[in-house]
Amino acid sequence: MEPTLQATGIAKYFGSIRALEHVDFEIYPGEVVAVLGDNGAGKSTFIKILSGVYHPDQGEIRLNGELVRLNSPMDARKKGIETVYQDLALAPQVDVTSNIFLGREMMRKGLLGKIGFLDRKAMRDQVKNMLGQLKASVKSVNQVVDELSGGQRQAVAIVRAVSWGTNLVIMDEPTAALGVEESAKTLELIKEVKSKGIPVIFITHTIPFAFDVADRIVVLRLGKSVVNLMTHDTHMDEVVQWITGSKSVENNY
Amino acid sequence: MSNRAVTKETTHQVNLTSNRIRKGLSNYWTLSILVLIIAIFGVIEPRFLSRSNWLSTTTYMTETMLLGISETFVIITAGIDLSVGAIEGLAGVVAALVILKTLAFGTTLSLIFGVVFGLVVGMLVGLVNGLVITKMKITPFITTLGTMGVATGLTFIFSGGTDVVGLPASLNVIGNLVVASWFNFTVIITMIVLALAGIWLSKTRFGQYTYAIGSNAEASRRAGIRVDNHLIKVYMLSGLIASLSGILLLTRFATASPLTGANSELNAIAAVVIGGASLFGGRGTMFGTLVGAGIISVLVTGLVIVNVQPYWQVVAIGVIIILAVWFDQLNHRPS
Ligand SMILES: Nc1ncnc2c1ncn2[C@@H]1O[C@H](COP(=O)(O)OP(=O)(O)OP(=O)(O)O)[C@@H](O)[C@H]1O
Ligand SMILES: [Mg+2]
Repeated sequence: MEPTLQATGIAKYFGSIRALEHVDFEIYPGEVVAVLGDNGAGKSTFIKILSGVYHPDQGEIRLNGELVRLNSPMDARKKGIETVYQDLALAPQVDVTSNIFLGREMMRKGLLGKIGFLDRKAMRDQVKNMLGQLKASVKSVNQVVDELSGGQRQAVAIVRAVSWGTNLVIMDEPTAALGVEESAKTLELIKEVKSKGIPVIFITHTIPFAFDVADRIVVLRLGKSVVNLMTHDTHMDEVVQWITGSKSVENNY
Repeated sequence: MSNRAVTKETTHQVNLTSNRIRKGLSNYWTLSILVLIIAIFGVIEPRFLSRSNWLSTTTYMTETMLLGISETFVIITAGIDLSVGAIEGLAGVVAALVILKTLAFGTTLSLIFGVVFGLVVGMLVGLVNGLVITKMKITPFITTLGTMGVATGLTFIFSGGTDVVGLPASLNVIGNLVVASWFNFTVIITMIVLALAGIWLSKTRFGQYTYAIGSNAEASRRAGIRVDNHLIKVYMLSGLIASLSGILLLTRFATASPLTGANSELNAIAAVVIGGASLFGGRGTMFGTLVGAGIISVLVTGLVIVNVQPYWQVVAIGVIIILAVWFDQLNHRPS
């Protein structure tokens, strides 16, 4: 099978700061891959490269086998790479439906649509459907995001990310601001996304969450991808050792 | 579900309901204040409830209403437009001068030229506002404070510092036309603009983007909205509607005073803020602005009719702005 996304030899510098030195990474359809690593390991920088925010200084990215250049976040989205940002990027005073359709509104048919009138009903119906499919617990599609709990907001952002012919969903610490219940719901959502065949890259500092949802774990350390572990072949201690560097390629050989 | 979760859900529900009640109240609240003010003036002086006072109040209200429509669009984007009053004055003077210069083409044609030039001038100032804000990254407050000065200065330069007079009498006839005994021509135009603006804001993509950008500009950008372009359009629209207000004043008085519009932006901002818009952006409705403009206008004509110096209205507006913004901060300070 061909990987949905394959990144090889990715490096990124900010002036003299080396954020990424050498990252190899691949993800297959329907796979959840957790990217783990200490603070400053380069996780966010790496996924920003995948979502078109930064350009890599070295390395190449292939999408479904094809070499791509991601010129901007919009460009990455057009190629089916959707990112759920840590800050969720929702408009708090705007309702759930409008947030999910932000930038891709459905217009009324005919002349009214041409002069800019929205088809709110069609959008609401579709959002209800999408929320239902992912079993997301958002009660009203007319509620403004401001009124939602943290987990519900996460659900809105995730629903938005998976609804558009998506190739790949990237989530940077989606559970960082959530309590136990809400984190569990978010993990359930990730599993729902996976079951639709859409691969998910999931960044977290909570290692048990990685074991809960991920098929594979990739550890970044000091800007390098140091190991690639199948979740069912490894255990927490080993992962922690890779993250902290007490286990490394040099130590192994 | 555990007990704790149930409690959490319930608290959340309660918060939701109280939020909704608070929102409902704030709409209802301003409307009831308007009704209360009308009732108080009506009791003190029954003449307040007469047709002639209705005519003068609604006609007076057009200026605050139109500038308020401009300001509603801008404030929802989390901006502010201090130049609307100055644009109004500039548009009036430019329209008047163009009419005088083109009288040779016949009255009708010269009036059309005047109106078109007046509207274009307002849009141009709006364009400058939008470009400076988005390209030079100067805050809307400073930008429009600057263009307010520029527009006011130009108004005095063009008019030579005096009223522009000698305009065709037909202008005055149109401006003071009363339709169906109750509606001044300028009121009808304002009502049409208000209705269009309300529909535009609530039903179209343009309105949707206006709210989204004010609510979270960065998120809008990431969603592919061309935020800078949209903001430029909003400031141009603001300038356009402000200049329409200047032209309507010109039709009423048939002279263009360079002093027109001085401090009018204050009333407009007050109307919008009283109407429930948030200066932090993302919130506001045309209906709210209508109620706000109503309160401000009723205060003026009411004070006149009960023989209180109307300057007290200016004092009241200043206080009301501060109170309304304070209220807004308590309720929706962004986290
Ligand atoms: N825009 C930037 N300019 C300069 N240095 C940067 C920039 N972004 C990231 N870095 C640096 O690159 C390195 C990797 O940062 P990154 O944010 O990718 O780490 P992270 O793994 O996401 O960490 P965390 O777990 O704390 O989120 C850090 O040393 C950071 O200081
Ligand atoms: Mg990070």
